[in-house]
Amino acid sequence: MDLPLSDFRKMEVAEFDTSKLLAHASKQAEERGYHRFPIVDVDSHHYETEAIDEILDYMDDPVIQQLARSARQATAKGPGVLSPGGVGYQDMGGRVMRYATRGMEKTPKDRHRDIHLAQRWMDAIGIDIAIMFPTPMLQLGLHPQVEVEVALARAYNRWLCERVLAHEPRIRSMLYLPFNDAEASYKMVQEFGATKGVVGFMVTSARYRPVHHNSYMKTYALLEEMNLPLAFHAGYNWNDQTVGMMNKFISVHALGFVFYNMVHLANWITNGLPERFPKLKVLWIESGLAWVPFMMQRFDNEYMMRSSEAPALKKLPSDYMRDMFFSTQPMEITDMGMLEQTFRMLKADTQLLYSSDYPHWDFDLPSTIYDLPFLDETAKRNILGGNAMRLFNLDMPVGKMAAAE
Amino acid sequence: MPDVFVAKFSEFPEGDRRIVSAGTTEIGVFHWAGQFYAYENLCLHQGGPACEGVMMHKVEDVLGADRTFQGQTFSKGEMHFVCPWHGYEYDVKTGECAADRKLKLKSFEVVRRGEDIYVVAD
Repeated sequence: MDLPLSDFRKMEVAEFDTSKLLAHASKQAEERGYHRFPIVDVDSHHYETEAIDEILDYMDDPVIQQLARSARQATAKGPGVLSPGGVGYQDMGGRVMRYATRGMEKTPKDRHRDIHLAQRWMDAIGIDIAIMFPTPMLQLGLHPQVEVEVALARAYNRWLCERVLAHEPRIRSMLYLPFNDAEASYKMVQEFGATKGVVGFMVTSARYRPVHHNSYMKTYALLEEMNLPLAFHAGYNWNDQTVGMMNKFISVHALGFVFYNMVHLANWITNGLPERFPKLKVLWIESGLAWVPFMMQRFDNEYMMRSSEAPALKKLPSDYMRDMFFSTQPMEITDMGMLEQTFRMLKADTQLLYSSDYPHWDFDLPSTIYDLPFLDETAKRNILGGNAMRLFNLDMPVGKMAAAE
Repeated sequence: MPDVFVAKFSEFPEGDRRIVSAGTTEIGVFHWAGQFYAYENLCLHQGGPACEGVMMHKVEDVLGADRTFQGQTFSKGEMHFVCPWHGYEYDVKTGECAADRKLKLKSFEVVRRGEDIYVVAD
């Protein structure tokens, strides 16, 4: 494969091997002794479009299935009608080479390719259990046809449970909720909530549905009853009129991956959902951490003056946020003092969960947590795995029982 | 530590690079614009193999005399190599991180003895 470079040059790449790419991560894992305690990654990804033909086998709607297969043939790549994803430059013009070359990686035929690939990066990085999410489907909430979101969500969830989760206990998932259809979301929890490997449900944040709408209440109640956490996974939408004012992907990503979660979190708190569902555990994924102190300060300040607009609240907005859970990546390690204060404000010892986001361009290794100078060993282990094991009620990974005593 | 053999000069063309080991230290050696440069293959960000990624010229904005934006182009003189993990870019002639010149990869001297290219390891 030739990668196009600047000045009309090309770079020939003959192979791609995850273990080789991450050899330095393996060295970090060994040097820091990650084998001594469990590490849980609450946000990692695979590329479900690479298995789209298999996923379409699980789709009930024969017309949407036929449309998808037909469009796929016509374009020769991609999921066709199934993905509303627009322009994006996650690979930085090929600078992050694995986007272009990952298809060259060879895997044995004995297990699903996605299982092999996940095991490779998990072993290299030092991760025991990974909660896995799709990639292009992160923008499925923007699909103009609600019925397509529902059909693909159910097909994907069925496929993931049967082809991946059932065969590899180290891989878990919070299943995709087709949130643009409240009733379908409810049925999804009913159908898959007790399935092996399912540890919760996930809403892709880039969408335009208010989380406080009454139609969602029975879904939240069911999740609470089943003790299954609800996650909001960040995303961007360059076609959004406000986001569209930004002409650089750096801006779209930096703000877009926070913006929608800010909106959903604001609605979640000011409408008193934490009081209505006090045992429902809510997790905010892939917005980094710098937004958390901002939201806490901004909403506490306004709430003191405008509590009449949020009468359901019995404590400060920041207090509700400290009951929530946050994933680490992409963690803004630019000012260690600010980061330390951020950890303090969100009660990181119990509420913060390590996430890698691998294989995406801004992934974080466990060393981003383990090397922080202001954390003691107990806090490091809680953030890297202990908090997630408690939140998701996970079994101790094999071989880690003694280490965790 | 003895100097580390990199390659025969005739087998190390302009624009190419080699990764060699000096004990446990990996070193990336670049042949660019008539010179050889060597840096530790360890990104200052999260420890990725910084010297193993693509080589791309610096991207530059083109401004008009009235300071209006006219487009972008690739630099004629500044070449970067890019860490394949996250995209950190380094100036091949200095080892400085393009986004923050205060950050600099550890560099090594490169010497030519006859037809052989060596890195002087610490």
